[in-house]
Amino acid sequence: MSSKLRIMVPVKRAIDFAVKPRVNSAKTGVETAGVKFSINPFDDIAVEEAVKIKEAKKGAVESIHVVSAGSSKAQEVLRQSLAKGCDTSTLIDVGDASVEPLTVAKMLAKLAEEDKSNLIILGKQAIDDDSNHTGQMLAGLLNWPQVTAASKVDINESTGEVTVEHEVDGGFETVSASLPMIITTDLRLNTPRYATLPNIMKAKKKPLKTVKPADLGVDIAGRLETVSVSEPPPRPAGIKVNSVDELIAKLKERGAL
Amino acid sequence: MQAVRFIKQAARPAAKVLRPVAVSRAFSSSAATFTRSPVLEFSEEEELFKETVAKFAQEVVLPKSRAMDEAEQMDPEVVQGLFDTGLMGIETPEEYGGAGASFTSAIIAVEELAKVDASTAVLNDVHSTLVNTLVRTYGSDAIKEKYLPKLATKCVGSFCLSESSSGSDAFALKTRAEDKGDHWLINGSKMWITNAGEAEVFLIFANVDPSKGYKGITCFIADKDMGVQIAKKEKKLGIRASSTCVLSFDDLQIPKENVLGEVGTGYKIAINCLNEGRIGIASQMIGIAQGAFDRATDYAFKDRKQFGKYIGEFQGMQFQIAQAAIQIEAARLMVYNTARMKEAGQPFVTQAAMCKYYASEVANQVAGKAVEWMGGVGFTREEPLEKFMRDAKIGQIYEGTSNIQLQTIAKDIMKSKS
Ligand SMILES: Cc1cc2nc3c(=O)[nH]c(=O)nc-3n(C[C@H](O)[C@H](O)[C@H](O)COP(=O)(O)OP(=O)(O)OC[C@H]3O[C@@H](n4cnc5c(N)ncnc54)[C@H](O)[C@@H]3O)c2cc1C
Repeated sequence: MSSKLRIMVPVKRAIDFAVKPRVNSAKTGVETAGVKFSINPFDDIAVEEAVKIKEAKKGAVESIHVVSAGSSKAQEVLRQSLAKGCDTSTLIDVGDASVEPLTVAKMLAKLAEEDKSNLIILGKQAIDDDSNHTGQMLAGLLNWPQVTAASKVDINESTGEVTVEHEVDGGFETVSASLPMIITTDLRLNTPRYATLPNIMKAKKKPLKTVKPADLGVDIAGRLETVSVSEPPPRPAGIKVNSVDELIAKLKERGAL
Repeated sequence: MQAVRFIKQAARPAAKVLRPVAVSRAFSSSAATFTRSPVLEFSEEEELFKETVAKFAQEVVLPKSRAMDEAEQMDPEVVQGLFDTGLMGIETPEEYGGAGASFTSAIIAVEELAKVDASTAVLNDVHSTLVNTLVRTYGSDAIKEKYLPKLATKCVGSFCLSESSSGSDAFALKTRAEDKGDHWLINGSKMWITNAGEAEVFLIFANVDPSKGYKGITCFIADKDMGVQIAKKEKKLGIRASSTCVLSFDDLQIPKENVLGEVGTGYKIAINCLNEGRIGIASQMIGIAQGAFDRATDYAFKDRKQFGKYIGEFQGMQFQIAQAAIQIEAARLMVYNTARMKEAGQPFVTQAAMCKYYASEVANQVAGKAVEWMGGVGFTREEPLEKFMRDAKIGQIYEGTSNIQLQTIAKDIMKSKS
């Protein structure tokens, strides 16, 4: 391979996986006040994979660039990723706007070009909106090969060949492609480490750059309009039956048998 | 009172307000926009660190907690994990292999660990707030170079002050240190020494000249292989995995240079670091209270139904739960406020005594109530509640009994009246 790996890892600050999301009173989205936010779990896996590649392929990785589009609060997830082993970071400050996957993909594409990234690893989806779009759109915009929902990644740093295993209906599929490429991560890929305290402190000294969408030539105005957000209908309470005969009778009564 | 303090602080130059994050957030452009930040607001790195410790506690400590209690023994993997995660050198400067983090970070670590396992928390607490702090503050450059890196990465430390006949009256200690020209010779014994079972570094308080009374007390640093002997390991009511041992020193030879601070200043050194240490113990206590509260309230609101309702739906339960929540909140505010006072270089001795006293009361009350809230299950060893309750008791005893804290507080009040 001619040049070294320059990995980009886009990450999103999302509502923590342990929080039970509730619809806000205006029915425009999910309630975020007083709610715990964390790095999107799939993105944490992407960070871990990038750092593992850097550790395993000594000298083959020139840099890991972690990027987040969000408000200034997204700095938290950037710092956390720096503490886990990423080298540089960029916050695309979109304020409190909620940006659509295509917008994010356009901004990432621009940054990837500027940064001469040749491998982008990102979560297959964010657990807040579950869109599962950004990685694929990014691959389209950059015209790079992509593998989604990776559960195993193997890089041959001398040839630039990347072999990826991913889950498909009924089993695993192994595919390979050449760099540059896009990989989106699934839960099975790895178990993220936690940032140790010395590394948290060292991360304070690593670069954190802030750019505006306009700096990347991207208009963040949405193309979609959210009409209304609502809770799933509550499930009606079940009933208890005392015998199999009664069960069959009830099922028949409802036309289920 | 509040207003006066506010003006005093606001009038100071920004650089002197020693809460780094609060400063950057609070002073936007001019002092006119100064706003106070809440006591429980942590810096970005403190927040990240809190998450790391919480995760470590859940994933590494929790699965071993019950077994460690039953075996009355720390699991080596847990101790190793504390080192690997950087929890054993929190305030140790980077050049000595530590993280160079804030005192509050050390307090956060103890609380997060205690939410899951109070024995692991005290191992960390004694190591951080007593042993590391003493070496860092009073060690010569040579001592710091020799000990801080290993304390941060592989060797557990013990703090050896109490003796069988000197507990609350610690400075009546009888262990002797004789000057033998090129070395010190130590004879005597110590009692109830935390971490002694795991430790490889011991800070030993001994008297070089009993005729001078407490002014002969000196703090020595010894490696285990110099000949520190464990005479007995205590069997205890709570924090059973934490080793508590009787030590004996039989012609223990310590190199001449292994003195922390000046000869004869050991009592000052001990008082100073115990004052800080009390904030750590108070933090252990709020961790215990919170850990017990979290489990028992999950049970009350999500698991257990009686009379066709979750038990948490009964007002009689709800009011007790609300009261416990208030107590924990109040204790936590005291603990972190005292930690910030210490960081700001303000006097905090009385506050440290107050928060240790109060947090240990709260831990005992809340853990006791939490056992009740879980009924029969709470009383069994299937659940961690009975352990939280046993572990809470030590907070009223070590690093100064509750009476000794009250005495410190009362002395301060008396002084203000004289
Ligand atoms: C699990 C455990 C771990 C420990 N770890 C360490 C350690 O790592 N290093 C170390 O040096 N020590 C350690 N200790 C010792 C601990 O600090 C002492 O036990 C404590 O200071 C109390 O001393 P004592 O046990 O001699 O009690 P005593 O001093 O005998 O007190 C007995 C009772 O008398 C009361 N009392 C005493 N004097 C007064 C007074 N003037 N006014 C009113 N009431 C008074 C006390 O409040 C208490 O209720 C540990 C103890 C335990 C149990």
